[in-house]
Amino acid sequence: MKCPIKNFKNFIKRWFFSTNHKDIGSIYCILGGAGGFIGTALSIIIRLELSQPTSVVLNGNEQLYNTIVTLHGLIMIFFMVMPILFGALGNWFIPLQLGVPDMAYPRLNNLSVWLSIPALYLLIYSGFLEAGLGTGWTLYPPLSSIEAHSGPSVDCAIFSLHLAGASSLAASINYVVTITSSRTGNWAFEVLPLFCTSILITAFMLILSLPVLAAGITQLLLDRHVSTTFFDASGGGDALLFQHLFWFFGHPEVYILILPGFGVISHVLSSETKHEVFGLPAMATAIITIGVLGCLVWGHHMYSVGLEVDTRAYFMIATSIIAIPTGVKIFSWLATIFGGSVKFNSPILFALGFIFFFTFGGLSGIMLSSASIDLALHDTYYVVGHFHYVLSMGAVFAIFSGFYYWFPLISGVQYPEWMGKVHFFVTFIGVNLTFMPMHFLGLSGMPRRVSNYPASFSYWNSVASYGSYLSGLGLLFFYYMIYYTITRGKPRLNTSLKEKKQINGEEVPGLIS
Amino acid sequence: MQNNFYIWNDFPVNKQISFQSPATPIMEGIINVHHEVMMYLIFIFVFVSCFLISIIFFFNNTRNPISCIRLHAPLLEILWTFIPFMILTAILIPSFALLYAIDEIYLPFLTLKVIGRQWYWTYEYSQIPLMSSLKSNNSFKSLETSPYFNSGTISYDSYMVAEEDLSSEQIRLLSVDYPVLLPIEQHIRILVTSTDVLHSWAIPSFGIKVDAIPGRLNQIFTYIKRSGNFYGQCSELCGVNHAFMPIEVRADNLDIFYMQLYLQDPTSFFSSQLVNELNISKI
Repeated sequence: MKCPIKNFKNFIKRWFFSTNHKDIGSIYCILGGAGGFIGTALSIIIRLELSQPTSVVLNGNEQLYNTIVTLHGLIMIFFMVMPILFGALGNWFIPLQLGVPDMAYPRLNNLSVWLSIPALYLLIYSGFLEAGLGTGWTLYPPLSSIEAHSGPSVDCAIFSLHLAGASSLAASINYVVTITSSRTGNWAFEVLPLFCTSILITAFMLILSLPVLAAGITQLLLDRHVSTTFFDASGGGDALLFQHLFWFFGHPEVYILILPGFGVISHVLSSETKHEVFGLPAMATAIITIGVLGCLVWGHHMYSVGLEVDTRAYFMIATSIIAIPTGVKIFSWLATIFGGSVKFNSPILFALGFIFFFTFGGLSGIMLSSASIDLALHDTYYVVGHFHYVLSMGAVFAIFSGFYYWFPLISGVQYPEWMGKVHFFVTFIGVNLTFMPMHFLGLSGMPRRVSNYPASFSYWNSVASYGSYLSGLGLLFFYYMIYYTITRGKPRLNTSLKEKKQINGEEVPGLIS
Repeated sequence: MQNNFYIWNDFPVNKQISFQSPATPIMEGIINVHHEVMMYLIFIFVFVSCFLISIIFFFNNTRNPISCIRLHAPLLEILWTFIPFMILTAILIPSFALLYAIDEIYLPFLTLKVIGRQWYWTYEYSQIPLMSSLKSNNSFKSLETSPYFNSGTISYDSYMVAEEDLSSEQIRLLSVDYPVLLPIEQHIRILVTSTDVLHSWAIPSFGIKVDAIPGRLNQIFTYIKRSGNFYGQCSELCGVNHAFMPIEVRADNLDIFYMQLYLQDPTSFFSSQLVNELNISKI
């Protein structure tokens, strides 16, 4: 194989100094794929360890278990869902859907993608430093303070979050400017494609919440090294302050993860059912409402810390009200399919799975939003089951749906349809086997983040473990499918777009979705 | 572990899919509200699922080759905003009632201090009212005139029983060496704090979950309705041995409670007072 220096230079020039939104989107996609692989591998280790009441693979090393749980959470959030949904799909399709040549700030775009790669490196590295990052992804002090985690791993993770935060901030500013100013014509929400709306709201939420996280973890860093006492009661600080700061970021973050997924699902549904999405203004309004309300409900992560009862009541109402715009979205998606002509190929299967499980996760969320019931469910496996239904089946199914939908357009090759379907059904069964028993475990009282548990919890835990092996196999199959498609897939001309530019059976020119 | 002569229903059993049996009014309330909310949720889920499945059945490309749809239906959209709102209101009302009921403050018979440490719990009893003072004291009516009982302090640490030390009736990862002693059918105030990192004092059958936060005191009230051994685990990640600091509560009637407290520390001031009161030389 020839590898002349000229090609190498071109390679560097194209991928490292790229300002092309499509190339940057592809880098994000590869980063997200790598993050997803690492995160899933970590989750399989977690499930292996939990498959029996005593230690199975980690040899009783609880700190290592905590580190793995922490890394799984952080990697899945910051280096799998966000790069793929927000970075990759956003970069690829925002300029295309808006009809502009590129992002508003192409070089800022390059900066944001290349900031997120060292961030992933630092985060993984933190797991290998001394005792590792056994704090949970929430990094609550005093556990993350210098007394309890004296090694440099927490510092490393804080730097990683700073880098990832700077990267996301840069990307968000880029999206907001691109969508609000680069668009030709007006940008009222009635005419903006839903994916653009969702990315715009996501970007606003990131700009609002990320600086708060940055402030919180900087204070933590100062507490650790400069003897400040922001979160140390012995110096007049308060450990609860960090929880407020963290969840003021952390709750918008979960909507940041799911909102672009909403946009993706709307596009897949409208395209695969061959008509426009039902109730576009209501859908856009629902996204905006969710974005606004999502910033006002952080206290529902802290029901058991001793908030005043009226405060809890407020957070309970605010949290429950989010169910209404979410319900509007679910019903509008159902109405979009209603009357449509659906061909059940991979993207729509994942989209239907998304609706089904997002509804399920939303309903267990209503249960959790109640401050009184939450006393029994807080920090148990019920919560784990709930947010995996919303994220691991909601956001991830949206990712798969969008991936199968847009992959032929991105790569120019068509994946074999049966492979997508096999992947869907394996994942469908696997994730349900994994996360459904977690609700039972939570109801019967099993706390989160324990590596050893009483023998009474063994049955559902072993079921969950089998499920996770199955979904792990599904993911391996998915990666093989990508490899197979890229190496041996059938070339596909972009007739697919032409097929899909149809409303009510008639071809409509200029509809991009 | 589960022996046949005694009903141990206050720890989870294998294949359990719902709550542990309640022992306090709070937990009964939580279970009731949970079931009530569950009714609405099942209704919504079945509705959405049936709708989804029928859509898949009727609107596929073989049955319905040409899509035909309205893109707006104002009345429908108003309805599916308004009806969920009504359902939400119906869900929130009992939740609210329960939330404020949980926070109700009573005149406590006893105050238990719980201190979370890495990785064990310290329990502290002070101002334990004796039987004579219970009978004679008329000022036992409001918090302001709460009598002060000089009973000294009983304080002890509670560690998990290691796996190799378990006796036949103890439960792995749930049994402790010195359980919390509490009387039944009395209002109890529990104050929770921590000395190092965050912990959370949780007992599923009581419906109690209070975070132990250094520098803060969290207060919760409970009223245990039946005797038994109740188990819980630390519910906030607190480091390496997070899974190994369980909580065991032994709840019994007042006489047995006094006796156990005496046995916990026979040399304490409280024990000497108890001996004086009962007019016995030594037990």
